[in-house]
Amino acid sequence: MPNILNERRVISVIVLNESSVLSRITSLFAARGYNIESLTVAPIPNSDMSHITIATNGSTKLMEQITKQLHKLIPVYKVIEHEEMVEKEMVLAKFPIAENLADISVLSAAYNGGVVNVGEEMIIVMVADEPKRIKHFIEAAQRYNPCEVVRGGVVAIER
Amino acid sequence: MRQMSGAQMVCEAIIAEGVKTVFGYPGGAIMHVYDEIYKQKGFEHILNRHEQAAVHAADGYARATGEVGVAMVTSGPGFTNAVTGLATAYMDSIPLVVVSGQVPLSLIGTDGFQEIDAVGISRPCTKHNFLVRTLEELPRIFKEAFYIARSGRPGPVLVDVPKDITVDIGTFVYPDSVNIPSYKPTYKGNKRQIEKAVEAIKSAKKPLLYIGGGVVLSNAYKLVRELAAKTQIPAVETLMARGVMGAKNPLLLGMLGMHGNYASNMAMSETDLVISLGARFDDRVTGKLSEFAKYADIIHVDIDAANIGKLVDVDYPIVGDITEVLKAMLPQLDGVDANRYKAWRDVLNRYSELHPQSYIDSDEVIKPQWAIERIGELVGKDAIITSDVGQHQMWAAQHYPFDRPRQWINSGGLGTMGFGFPAAIGAKRAYPDKTVINITGDGSILMNMQELVTAAEYRTPVVNVILNNHFLGMVRQWQTFFYEKRYSETDLSFQPNFKALAEACGGIGYDVTTKSEFDAALKDAIRQDKVCFMNVAVNRFENVLPMVPAGGALFNMMLPQTIEGDA
Repeated sequence: MPNILNERRVISVIVLNESSVLSRITSLFAARGYNIESLTVAPIPNSDMSHITIATNGSTKLMEQITKQLHKLIPVYKVIEHEEMVEKEMVLAKFPIAENLADISVLSAAYNGGVVNVGEEMIIVMVADEPKRIKHFIEAAQRYNPCEVVRGGVVAIER
Repeated sequence: MRQMSGAQMVCEAIIAEGVKTVFGYPGGAIMHVYDEIYKQKGFEHILNRHEQAAVHAADGYARATGEVGVAMVTSGPGFTNAVTGLATAYMDSIPLVVVSGQVPLSLIGTDGFQEIDAVGISRPCTKHNFLVRTLEELPRIFKEAFYIARSGRPGPVLVDVPKDITVDIGTFVYPDSVNIPSYKPTYKGNKRQIEKAVEAIKSAKKPLLYIGGGVVLSNAYKLVRELAAKTQIPAVETLMARGVMGAKNPLLLGMLGMHGNYASNMAMSETDLVISLGARFDDRVTGKLSEFAKYADIIHVDIDAANIGKLVDVDYPIVGDITEVLKAMLPQLDGVDANRYKAWRDVLNRYSELHPQSYIDSDEVIKPQWAIERIGELVGKDAIITSDVGQHQMWAAQHYPFDRPRQWINSGGLGTMGFGFPAAIGAKRAYPDKTVINITGDGSILMNMQELVTAAEYRTPVVNVILNNHFLGMVRQWQTFFYEKRYSETDLSFQPNFKALAEACGGIGYDVTTKSEFDAALKDAIRQDKVCFMNVAVNRFENVLPMVPAGGALFNMMLPQTIEGDA
């Protein structure tokens, strides 16, 4: 693999689901100066493991160090540095009801989502798509004056 | 199936692990455990006078024996005092289990009296740590703690035990085995990689054995000596590996690095194949990385995969235990022609003759290097030598004739001043019949001088040789070379009366200013059954040389003067 500097990478870390395991991972990143772009964590169904997905960036050499250092943590069962993956991120966005609801609905549908809640003052849409497209969606949504945008962080699975 | 309290379980687990000596200091949260220590007869407890010293003592015990050292402290300040000890052991991969008390579970997170987040604080300076949350998991956690500490790349493990768990009563069954699915250290090296490395050795012209502390930890020194003898490949040792090859081994060039000798550093600069065994390319060894072993391919054997390729690019990575890897490698080197490297050895021998490890001796003042060589002549290979951190440490590493691993005990990675004296106490508890000498300085010794009381109380007669230059010598040396002699806060002219200090605490003190006094004092001190301070006045402005300035290339050394005249 060529040593490309600061390429975006996604790592999955399978860990024993025990207390403070997440802080072991985040403090490793902090202590060694590695960057975390996004981080998601949830238990793996029917197991005592959790799946942590970390989006980060760095050179091939740095990624190798990150992977090895993660492996050294006692509760870390497996580290997968994704190359061929399906990657998705979810985002929730809240707009004033006075905005153009038809446009907002079409926009969110175009990004693999839709309206999930409508109240007296606000409308909430949910979108789930590739991180790059999520970024585009958020940019496109700006013209409808979103009051709040919450990104869920990346989840990935090897193809 | 015995019913007992959590506190008793802690003691039973320690006994089940075969631990003979525990170093520690009691306090509120750990009192129930100390109550059980009072009742049991399975191990002795040494009351150090500071938690940091207790962990260093357990560390010295572990380094001298190769077994897991055990220390016990209370919550809050007891634990925070222990952190330097944990970090020291972590940086040098020393197996320890440190048990800390914690406030009761119900008080955790409420800023209770003497509460501190011990697992949070110790996370970056332990191999692993545990907070015991239920009594049921306590035996398993202790079993895992000892296993993790001593297996793979060893390291310290903290077990934080809330007070209420030490009070609770439950059934004690100590597990026979450990099963941590996420922790399976690699011991056997990859067969194909070993074969490739052997081929590289056979085709190299200027190979060099680069021996690190991992050889000591793996107890592989005999195999390393066999490898060197069989192939006649010259060797350099890191600070942590002193003693592996043996002082008189003709293949040993010496120590390399910032204060390495000329031949060792030149060998590393000119070699065409580095055979790294349990070394980790520390910045104090490599100097400027881009110039380090510039013309060499690199074989790197290390049990910790993360060490391989961390700082230098490696051509032949072998993840595994040195003992296992060398057992596989040695038979494959049967046909190697030892004459192949003769020209290379001749070059290096000329380097050794050109600039040997030297200093200018004096009859007017004791030179620190002389003092260390003299200790070597008087107590030699039987003694265990500990040290603190600074000039005396480097002089000891350069000049003492270390003949076996585990003879030399010092804080290499973290560089902890105050380590040597408690570590010497730990080593002496492990080997009461061996002479244990702490080579220290007038700066370092004061950082754990309260251990005079510990050593006196337990009749643990370690000899502290204080090479007293009335300076924080290493910092002073840098100020001389790099800060235009502005001696900022390094002048230690104001001093305690070391002799009286030792005597006040139940030990013996000696003031030494001449070589004959030195001999007399040392001979007397090692016969005593009391702890000793030998306050040795040495040349004030002596420098540790050779020296590679920080960040410089290894071959750019400041070399010692060979004629009189330098201050």
